[in-house]
Amino acid sequence: MPCGHGVLRYYGSLAWRSVHRSKALTALIVLLMGCGVATCMVTFAVFRAASADPIPWKSGQLFAPQIDNYGPLHNWDGKPPTMLSYTDAVALLHAKQARRQTLVYGSRWTVMPGGAQRQPLSQEGDAVSHDFFAMFDAPFRYGGGWSASDDDQRAAVVVISSALNQKLFGGANSVGREIILDAHTYRITGVLDDWNPQPRFFDVASVWFPFSHPRQLYVPFSRAIDMRKGASGNFFCSADAPPPDLSSWQNILHGECDWINAWVELPTHADVAHYRDWLHNYAAEQQRLGRFNWPPSVGLPDVMQWLTLPGNVVVPKASALSMIVSISFLLICLVNVVGLMLARFMRRAPEIGVRRALGASRGAIYGQFLIEAAVVGLAGGVLGLLLTAVGMAGIGHVFEPEIARLATLDASLLSLTVLVAVATTLIAALYPTWRAAQVQPAWQLKSNG
Amino acid sequence: MKRTMIQIGPIFAALRRHKMATLLIVLQIALTLAVVSNALFVVKTRVVHLSRPSGTDEAHLFAINNQWIGEPDLPHIDAQIRADVATLRQLPGVRDAFASQAYPLESGGGGLVFIKHRVEQTTKAQLALSYFADEHALSTFGTTLVAGRNFRADEIGSLGPYDKPAPAAIIITRHLADKLFPDGAAVVGQHVYLDDAHASTIIGVVDCLEGSYAGSSTRSIDEDTVLLPARYTSPDESMVYLVRVQPGQMDALLRTAPAALMAQNRMRLISPEDGVVTLTQARAKGYATDRGVAIMMAAVCVLLLLATAGGIVGLSSFWVGQRRRSIGVRRALGATRGDILRYFQTENALIVGIGVVLGVALGIAGNLSLMTRYELPRMPLWVLGVGALLLWALGQLAVLGPARRAAAVPPVEATRSV
Repeated sequence: MPCGHGVLRYYGSLAWRSVHRSKALTALIVLLMGCGVATCMVTFAVFRAASADPIPWKSGQLFAPQIDNYGPLHNWDGKPPTMLSYTDAVALLHAKQARRQTLVYGSRWTVMPGGAQRQPLSQEGDAVSHDFFAMFDAPFRYGGGWSASDDDQRAAVVVISSALNQKLFGGANSVGREIILDAHTYRITGVLDDWNPQPRFFDVASVWFPFSHPRQLYVPFSRAIDMRKGASGNFFCSADAPPPDLSSWQNILHGECDWINAWVELPTHADVAHYRDWLHNYAAEQQRLGRFNWPPSVGLPDVMQWLTLPGNVVVPKASALSMIVSISFLLICLVNVVGLMLARFMRRAPEIGVRRALGASRGAIYGQFLIEAAVVGLAGGVLGLLLTAVGMAGIGHVFEPEIARLATLDASLLSLTVLVAVATTLIAALYPTWRAAQVQPAWQLKSNG
Repeated sequence: MKRTMIQIGPIFAALRRHKMATLLIVLQIALTLAVVSNALFVVKTRVVHLSRPSGTDEAHLFAINNQWIGEPDLPHIDAQIRADVATLRQLPGVRDAFASQAYPLESGGGGLVFIKHRVEQTTKAQLALSYFADEHALSTFGTTLVAGRNFRADEIGSLGPYDKPAPAAIIITRHLADKLFPDGAAVVGQHVYLDDAHASTIIGVVDCLEGSYAGSSTRSIDEDTVLLPARYTSPDESMVYLVRVQPGQMDALLRTAPAALMAQNRMRLISPEDGVVTLTQARAKGYATDRGVAIMMAAVCVLLLLATAGGIVGLSSFWVGQRRRSIGVRRALGATRGDILRYFQTENALIVGIGVVLGVALGIAGNLSLMTRYELPRMPLWVLGVGALLLWALGQLAVLGPARRAAAVPPVEATRSV
């Protein structure tokens, strides 16, 4: 009776011999597992990329306050809108009820490069307040963000991306130098390192484009408001009513249209509870003042909850749909493999009978056939890897290129591919193995006669 | 036929001895039918969707995205737009051109308008998408008037960034006209309100013109478009020049048209990357998701059908192998090769039949859950019918090989053991 490592080697060699004996059936099983697993892995890679946590070390501490200023008749299915009016946004910023807070809205700026013969550039940026960079752990290559007093003084300062720094200054340290934005001069306080959270959650409600259109510059919120810089992205006045009078910048600022996001950093549960209360009280105060004629309706989602709100869902429907289809495909392959394994094992009923008669226990039969299944599953996994690699090269044709670009074949995906292949083949082999172990030794010997 | 019917009894008896294997094939057929029919249906809806006409002469249209720099004042912008449009129209190979704020298939851009029949109307206003237009807009788009008249040059006003569009005359699409006046009244000459102060007269109705949001995602107002007679003058928002070219002139004009604008006035920005877009490119980009989903679903369908066929071949071969002795006995007792062939074919048809019944139920359930989650329409039953027919044919084809091998078993096999 073989034991220890010998058992494995013995069963391995038995498996190998049986693979040789029924080449066609084995090849079919390997092919099915390979295709099923590869389809799942390719769609999973895309799904994983699109649904990733953009700031995993901090996403539970960053919250986006919501305040319903539309009222129950005009809001979004009874929920507060995802953006804030200027009135509420500024009130939140000045209340300073969180450890850090910032406002965000997307805007587009014209950058005049030095040298008359060079073409001006149109650059997308966000108007933010000074806490922004510390809140989102934005890394700086040179310099840093601006100060609280720059916000208060509505200073003409700017933080630029490394890409824009490369375009304008050839990548040199440009801190303290000036650039011209929309015909006004701004002093550079910092140059960011390569930083582009995917999805870019902090302005997704304002400008959408969670995987593209990286921000090239950040300007103080107060300064952008002074410059009457309109939002380049969404601007909602209600879910269904015609927009109110927007015939001047003052009307835009003080009307009930929503176009600004607020983010607050709340490190502890107590901070969150406190902030929730404060938000509720703020809305109640607005009701008392007669601005809202409805009871407080507020929200305080964290980053991952934020990405599930209507309008903020960054996982493309095509990606979720293809996940469902490919999992169904793997399931059907699995059913198929159960049938083929059954055929493969039962074809060897005489051999099992002989082994049982010679003293092999049921457990030994289980061991032999499960190891055989694992070997076949491993082969399916290897084929699956090859097919996954082929599939990853072609996903740009199926999904939006900016999302397809994010899906990568890394070590975790490689091991997952093999793991899924082996595990599903083993599951598929359970019933056929059980049937094989039921083969009676006596009957087979008799019929062999 | 009669010979086939006689076999059904023994088939059931044989299947009862292979309950699990039979169940597996039935399950496989059912799941395959459910997934393939739903996937085929998604392919069909996507293909229909991405072939939606924009109502324009797409092959000969391109858009130039223009951004002013240096914060010019509004009268300057207005004068510049007039000069630009005149320049574009004079270029050799240009059929017509006009200025707007968005272009068809842009997947964004355009403005939303709320249309009321009366100022005091309490029911919801009709939503529509707008293009700023002038008297050259219709001939540039290449869309035709079905009623009324085009704009006149003197009707085109100038509209600043804070102005609310409320022109005296508007042109709408037939689709929007049917929504505004469902009772089929004459649309031309009717008054509607885009804001609460001024009435607009509908002077014309065009056949078909999609709004600028149309793309992979559907909005119910994609075909509800309003043309507003205005030049939009905004110092910090970008605007669009739409240019329709003579056949064969596209490539040359994609270079010369922006160059001519830059020569007119350099205080503008036309992005070298995406400043000039043909509507053909815009369509490919706008419907990329639709195309991707269709390709993915079609590929999965093919793989699935192959997998199922493979499974049937594998299991049928196994059965044939197991029953060699009984086949031999039947042959020895006088069954012809044709009988054996028919036996396996009938068996397969029966199993597939049971699977199809189960699959139709699963397919409908799958469609219902997709309807709620992914805004898919109800799947017509014929899709399931086509799927069932496909699977049935596939089953017959897959079993043919093993069945022929079974038919080739000689009667002498009866005398051998196992």
